[in-house]
Amino acid sequence: MDYNTFRQFADSWGLLYLFIVFIAVIVYVYRPGSKKIADEVAKIPLEEDKDNV
Amino acid sequence: MKYMTEAILVGLAAFLALLGAAFAQDSLFQTHMWILFALLAGGTLVLLRNVHVTPQAEAAQSEESFYMDGVVRYGVIATVFWGIVGFLVGVVIACQLAWPELNIEPWFNFGRMRPLHTSAVIFAFGGNALLATSFYVVQRTTRARLFGGNLAWFVFWGYQLFIAMAATGYLLGITQSREYAEPEWYVDIWITVVWVAYLIVFMGTIVKRKEPHIYVANWFYLSFIITVAMLHLVNNLAMPVSLLGVKSYSLFAGVQDALTQWWYGHNAVGFFLTAGFLGMMYYFVPKQANRPIYSYRLSIVHFWSLIFLYIWAGPHHLHYTALPDWAQTLGMVFSIMLWMPSWGGMINGLMTLSGAWDKLRTDPILRMMVLALAFYGMSTFEGPMMSIKSVNSLSHYTDWTIGHVHSGALGWVGMISFAAVYYLVPKLWNRERLYSLRLVNWHLWLATLGIVIYAAVMWVAGIVQGLMWREFDSEGFLVNSFIETVSAIHPEYVMRVFGGLLYLLGAFVMAYNVWMTIRGRVRDEAAYGATSTGPVPAE
Repeated sequence: MDYNTFRQFADSWGLLYLFIVFIAVIVYVYRPGSKKIADEVAKIPLEEDKDNV
Repeated sequence: MKYMTEAILVGLAAFLALLGAAFAQDSLFQTHMWILFALLAGGTLVLLRNVHVTPQAEAAQSEESFYMDGVVRYGVIATVFWGIVGFLVGVVIACQLAWPELNIEPWFNFGRMRPLHTSAVIFAFGGNALLATSFYVVQRTTRARLFGGNLAWFVFWGYQLFIAMAATGYLLGITQSREYAEPEWYVDIWITVVWVAYLIVFMGTIVKRKEPHIYVANWFYLSFIITVAMLHLVNNLAMPVSLLGVKSYSLFAGVQDALTQWWYGHNAVGFFLTAGFLGMMYYFVPKQANRPIYSYRLSIVHFWSLIFLYIWAGPHHLHYTALPDWAQTLGMVFSIMLWMPSWGGMINGLMTLSGAWDKLRTDPILRMMVLALAFYGMSTFEGPMMSIKSVNSLSHYTDWTIGHVHSGALGWVGMISFAAVYYLVPKLWNRERLYSLRLVNWHLWLATLGIVIYAAVMWVAGIVQGLMWREFDSEGFLVNSFIETVSAIHPEYVMRVFGGLLYLLGAFVMAYNVWMTIRGRVRDEAAYGATSTGPVPAE
């Protein structure tokens, strides 16, 4: 494995892999039904005070 | 038997430092080991004085509160203390640039004071702010006590020891000349140990969490801890000349060395000064505004896109060097793409206030957070712009870069940390409120004015420098000698000192406010939002 092999792998398969991961993250985050869960967990910092008193 | 083991271990370490001083291969190592011995011996004495042998002490210990906040309190005080030290040294070196007679040989010349300033503000001030807030936030958002018991205390004091060793090393002239990673190999090994302990405490707390979901702030903190560990290890791969000497040689040479350095250097900005402080933002802005973050889903996209892109941006520090063109272009392209997640995060933070903007009128802490986000937005626009090769050909090596760094560091990192300190102090010391909200407002405006002056004069200085350096006459000769470009920007250097002084003054106001709050005092002052024209009667 020399430098050029590494580079060619990085700018073909490596690039494709990272791009697919990125798209997958976006699709996962905005999948149907995720808004309800997201709105729930967004309240985590605000709920702490009641069990701390 | 509280602290007995700790006292013995620190005492043993002090003895090892003494041996290091005795058998040192060079005088710098000897001096540095004497300093280490003094620090550790002092630590041993403090621990011995606190040794409790009675069983009551242990019984009392088990009844303490659910969250471990002692270490957070120390962290907040350390943040304020190191902040003032760091800003003060910054003002001193700004004076040295304006009036070179102030370079006092050999310990206090610019070359040694400059890393002292950068490390004091980034690692001592910023690092302690991150330590304190991450320990506070991870406990609240996982509803679990810090993992590892006294390990958190080891992290705190180990980190202060690292700061002390790094700082004294710089003044002695011990440096491996890697920007933002100047400490030599033995200090690097020590901070690695401390950092692994930090990771264990943080990860352990997340693992034993009572809250099923890991809140986004913890993701940012965790990526900061892990990535900084990785960057530190790779950047500091070096072979010491002797196990009892200061000098070491890097594993890398030439352009590989330069790229490793800037891969580290830029990601220190990305993961230390951005990801870590974004963790702070995602907790303290919703808390202070008392509203959930504008879009939690956007925060997840923000997180993943930010960490995916940041790691590639480093080569933009090496435009027009021996680095291959494609790598320079890659660094530039990723830096420009980075603009999007940065602004996504800024918008997410700012929009949290949508529908509650009126709070800005009555809450100077929230005002400070909004200002921090505004400076974050500004510097994350300026950064990608400066990474464009044609812009960089003008801006590189000039004071424009210094201005850019300071609008990010003073504006974003400083302001969000101050806001977190103001939020934390009354909570941690069980005070009803801060000593004075009016003083927070004074701090806010002193700091803002300081940053604006600083950034504006550095733009002017940088562009003047850049244009003078590249100016050539009809026969192709450069027009200006270097010293002419230096004396041309002398007025800007003097104005920069003034901007820094205002910022430092603001930090002193904060220290006073924090001190009085800890003492339990409340200033008799008109509350914000009281719009009546007449005097408000005291309760």
